[in-house]
Amino acid sequence: MIRLPLVLIFAALLFSAGVYGVLARRNAVMVLMAIELMLNAVNLNLVAFAAALQDVTGQVFALFVIAVAAAEVGIGLAIVILLFRNRASINVDEVDLLKW
Amino acid sequence: MSAQEYAFVVVAVIGSLAALSVVMARNVVHAALFLVIALASVGVTFLLVGAEFVGWTQILIYVGAIVILFLFGLMLTKAPIGRDTLDHRWENRIVGGVVALLLFLGLASLTLRVWPLDATPASAPVAGSTAALGESLFHDYVLPFEVVSFLLLAALIGAIVLARKDDS
Repeated sequence: MIRLPLVLIFAALLFSAGVYGVLARRNAVMVLMAIELMLNAVNLNLVAFAAALQDVTGQVFALFVIAVAAAEVGIGLAIVILLFRNRASINVDEVDLLKW
Repeated sequence: MSAQEYAFVVVAVIGSLAALSVVMARNVVHAALFLVIALASVGVTFLLVGAEFVGWTQILIYVGAIVILFLFGLMLTKAPIGRDTLDHRWENRIVGGVVALLLFLGLASLTLRVWPLDATPASAPVAGSTAALGESLFHDYVLPFEVVSFLLLAALIGAIVLARKDDS
C-alpha cells in the first residue's frame, strides 16, 4: 500500500541521475549505464501507475521496456567494443566523424 | 504510513544513493557494482508495489544479465577506467548537474502538486497480478510480444555480427 507520489519521486530522482550521467560522463559504457537508469525510472512509473489505476497494462509495458533495454545494451556494448577496436578509445567526444 | 511505505522509503533512499554513486563514481567498475544496488532496489520496489512477476524479471534480467554484460564490456575494452582520464572537462559536469537538478525539482514539484502526499490514497496491489499479467500479455498483447521477441533475436544477431573480428 504505497502512495503513488512517493514512487514517482523516486523515479524522478533515478531519471535525473541518468540525465546527469548522459550529459557529464564521456565514457561510452558509463553513458549506457546512465541510459539504463533512465529506462528503469520509466519502468517504475509504469508499474506505479498500474497499481494506482488497478490495470495490469502498465506491467505489460514494463516487461516490453525491459526486453527492449536488453536488446539496446547488447547492441550498444557491441558498438562500444567495435569503437574501441577501431579507435582505441571509448570517449564519446572523439566519435565526431559525422559532425561537421 | 503503512509498513510497506516505511520499507519503500528505506529501499528508495538506498537506491537513490546508489544511482547517484553510479554517475559520480571515479572507477567505472565501481559504477557497475553500484548499478547492481540501484537496479535491485527498483526490483524490490516492484515487489512492494505488488508486481511480483515484473520484480523478479527485473532482478533476473538486470542484476543477473545486463550488469554482467556491462562488466564484460568494460573488460573487453581495456579502456582507461579512472575518471580523470576521460571526464576531465568541468563544464560538462556543471551543465549536467544544473540540468539534472532542475529536471528533478520540476518533476518532483509537478508530482506533488497533482498528487499531494496527504490527499492521495494508498494504491492497493493489482489483485492476482501475475495471472492477470499473463492473461493480458498473451491475449491482448500477443502481437507486440512476438514483435519484441523478433526484435531481441535481430538485436542479438546484430550484436554478434558487429563484435565479430574480421577474418581478412
